[in-house]
Amino acid sequence: MFTYYFSLALRSLRRNVVLTALMIAAIGVGIGASMTTLTVFRAMAGDPIPNKSRQLFAVQIDNWGPRQGVVIGDKDNLQEQISYPDAIGLMNARAAQRQSAMYATGFSLIPPNPELRPFVVHARAAYADFFPMFEVPFRYGGSWTAADDAGHADVVVIGRELNDKVFGGANSVGKTMNLDGHDYRVVGVLDRWQPTPKFYDLNNNKYGKSEEAFIPFTRAVEQQLGSWGNNNCGGDTIPAPGWEGRLHSECIWIQFWAELPAPADAARYRTFLNNYAAEQRRLGRFHWAPNTRIRNAREWLAYRQAVSTEVRILVLVSFSFLLVCLLNAMGLMLAKIMGRAVDIGVRRALGASRRAIFSQCLIEAGVVGFAGGLLGLGLTLLGLSGLRSLLSDDVNRLTHFSAIDVAIAITVSVVATTLAGLYPTWRAVQVQPAWQLKAQ
Amino acid sequence: MELRPILSAMRRNKVGAILIGVQMAITLAILCNALFIIEQRVALSKRPTGTDEANVFVIVNQWVGNPPDLAAKQQGDLAALRALPGVVDAVASNSFPLHNGGSTEGIKLTPDQKNESALTALYFSDEHGLNAFGLKLVAGRNFNADEVTVKMGYTDFGPPSTIIITRTLADKLFPGKSALGQSVYFEGLPKPVPIVGIVDKLQVPWTQAGGWGSKFNDNSTIMPFRFVETYTDYIVRVKPGQIAAVMKAAEKSLIDLDRARVLEKTQTLTEARAEAYQDDRGLAIILGVVCAALVAVTAFGIVGLTSYWVAQRRRQIGIRRALGATRQAIIRYFQTENFLIASAGAALGVAMALGLNLWMVTTFEMERLHTSYAVIGALIVLLLGQLAVLWPALRAASIPPALATRAV
Repeated sequence: MFTYYFSLALRSLRRNVVLTALMIAAIGVGIGASMTTLTVFRAMAGDPIPNKSRQLFAVQIDNWGPRQGVVIGDKDNLQEQISYPDAIGLMNARAAQRQSAMYATGFSLIPPNPELRPFVVHARAAYADFFPMFEVPFRYGGSWTAADDAGHADVVVIGRELNDKVFGGANSVGKTMNLDGHDYRVVGVLDRWQPTPKFYDLNNNKYGKSEEAFIPFTRAVEQQLGSWGNNNCGGDTIPAPGWEGRLHSECIWIQFWAELPAPADAARYRTFLNNYAAEQRRLGRFHWAPNTRIRNAREWLAYRQAVSTEVRILVLVSFSFLLVCLLNAMGLMLAKIMGRAVDIGVRRALGASRRAIFSQCLIEAGVVGFAGGLLGLGLTLLGLSGLRSLLSDDVNRLTHFSAIDVAIAITVSVVATTLAGLYPTWRAVQVQPAWQLKAQ
Repeated sequence: MELRPILSAMRRNKVGAILIGVQMAITLAILCNALFIIEQRVALSKRPTGTDEANVFVIVNQWVGNPPDLAAKQQGDLAALRALPGVVDAVASNSFPLHNGGSTEGIKLTPDQKNESALTALYFSDEHGLNAFGLKLVAGRNFNADEVTVKMGYTDFGPPSTIIITRTLADKLFPGKSALGQSVYFEGLPKPVPIVGIVDKLQVPWTQAGGWGSKFNDNSTIMPFRFVETYTDYIVRVKPGQIAAVMKAAEKSLIDLDRARVLEKTQTLTEARAEAYQDDRGLAIILGVVCAALVAVTAFGIVGLTSYWVAQRRRQIGIRRALGATRQAIIRYFQTENFLIASAGAALGVAMALGLNLWMVTTFEMERLHTSYAVIGALIVLLLGQLAVLWPALRAASIPPALATRAV
């Protein structure tokens, strides 16, 4: 029956080419616009670490105290990063299954080939737990060890691109790499790893590339590698000069993540943090009641508003646009079906059930939706290439169109058009055969 | 024009009229909000920096390792840059307008004040700063050489001897009186810092709409620091028309001087502006395209549905013509019908537009929609309806009166 209705639908659509073309064009344009923005939105709002996003927690500790200052507008009196004393305090306590303090830094790399000019490598100082905690894939070798953390070892894990650039893509584990004049031993080479957004540090380039080199936090601090990320020296105390002064200051520049697999672990960690802050108060460092918080990766992305305002506006506008297109198609479908009231009357009189008319009209709407979806796909690809030329490289990384997006586009188009076809179909079903025949 | 027959015809065709009306309403709501956003983003991306933008370029310089004689190396670089033909002046700074990265500090008027009086962006540069950026001094004076101190990187929190601030910041701190000669306090520094000069304008480094810096866009402070860091920005101002040539020569002379460095980026402030506002421009263009498509889709929808109505009423139109209605009257009939639908749609649309804007104000921290946009949007939608209905109306008018006498 379906194939018969399908051929009927095609025949009916052919009968009024202009109206059909208008419907398909309207739906295609609407689908094209909304899928273009949805693709970007999905990439921005995506879960960068789906297996563990509810088990990985960003840690916040208020080390500045309640402020009346209205100028710096933070939402809950909690800073988005932590200070060095707190990072060390939490690392020493090891109250979570895995944890790592981390910060963005970088080097100039002097290539072994003297012909080549030095270039900048963005790096991250972290603890060994960083790699298993974030499920970072390795191509060669692996993470450094906790002993390397303790021993401030000169080891480095490098990204795949950097390995390609410096070692020609060969297994470089055991080789040395000169970073800012110091030799580091390569212990691991990453496979492609690009969490989007870069949830563990949203301060800079949140959709940008992940770092190309990772070294032990302890080594980076010993080496006095400054933070290349966000540094905030608010609070009431002024840091003493120099690196030591920075370390002992209440400046915030470190991100801290903990892996807490079960809700009970999270609850325990919350208690631990509160006790830690209370302890700091007893020691005279904090002069206020403990204010600490952990947020899992999903909550963290929402809290930090990872999706840019521009994209949210575009999604809103393009879906309203799709709605207009669907209303439009609905009006045209209505016109088409009412124009065929006589046909429908004849079919009913010849014995077609309401059900049969209903499925026939809906299949016709579905065919229009499918055709509109195909057109929409083409327009989406066009739209995405348009976006690539208009938006910054950061956002551009988010314009990949996958098989899933194709499926979404077609499904949305067929379902939405069929829904829009419901009312015209209902009207078709209401056609009284006797009336139509009489008018003849 | 008699409205009654139109209204009663519409009543028999409710859904079609409602579909068109709602479509026009949503079109209007999107249209005026989108136009508003476009206008705002265009205005945003045109904000002046206060610098001699056309003639300034920036070299982002990073030393390899941590050379011990950083201060001397930096002075060597700057001397080389200033010696290049076509260069007006050069200075090392921690940041520059349109850079989207920099330092901020809270300013107080008394040391024990609890809340800051204002937030300000900080630019560190010595007595060459004003000239290298091409800033316009409107009161007071430039830094003297003996006021300039060395700041060893970001971890050096030594106080500045004096400051130069922007006019906007001066007016905010000392409304109604001259800020010149007054002193202010920076958060955490107990010592008062006198204001020796006021520049007309100097934008903060951040440009994002609604982002950090958007609330204090013109609050900038220049501190007389020779900023010694492995990572600094060289600001170079050239004589008009020579920027491309000088840029090339500048890069080469720095590399010749010392190869152990990375020149991460060399760009003119004009290029920096294009980069800084790329997403704003992109948003404006995309919204413009969507608006155009929206208007087209709505127009075609009206054409389609009205054509159908015309076809449906061929016989009635023929009868009316036979009974003496002129072509004009037929055209007017469809125009009036569309006008009625569009007016209802526009009324609903204005309400929706304001509601949508209100929601965006709270969620995206956007500004309130200017009423004129709603009015303009409503006019566009009414006009759109009239234009779209014209073709089907003309078709209707061409229906011959003889039709009435023929059997269908």
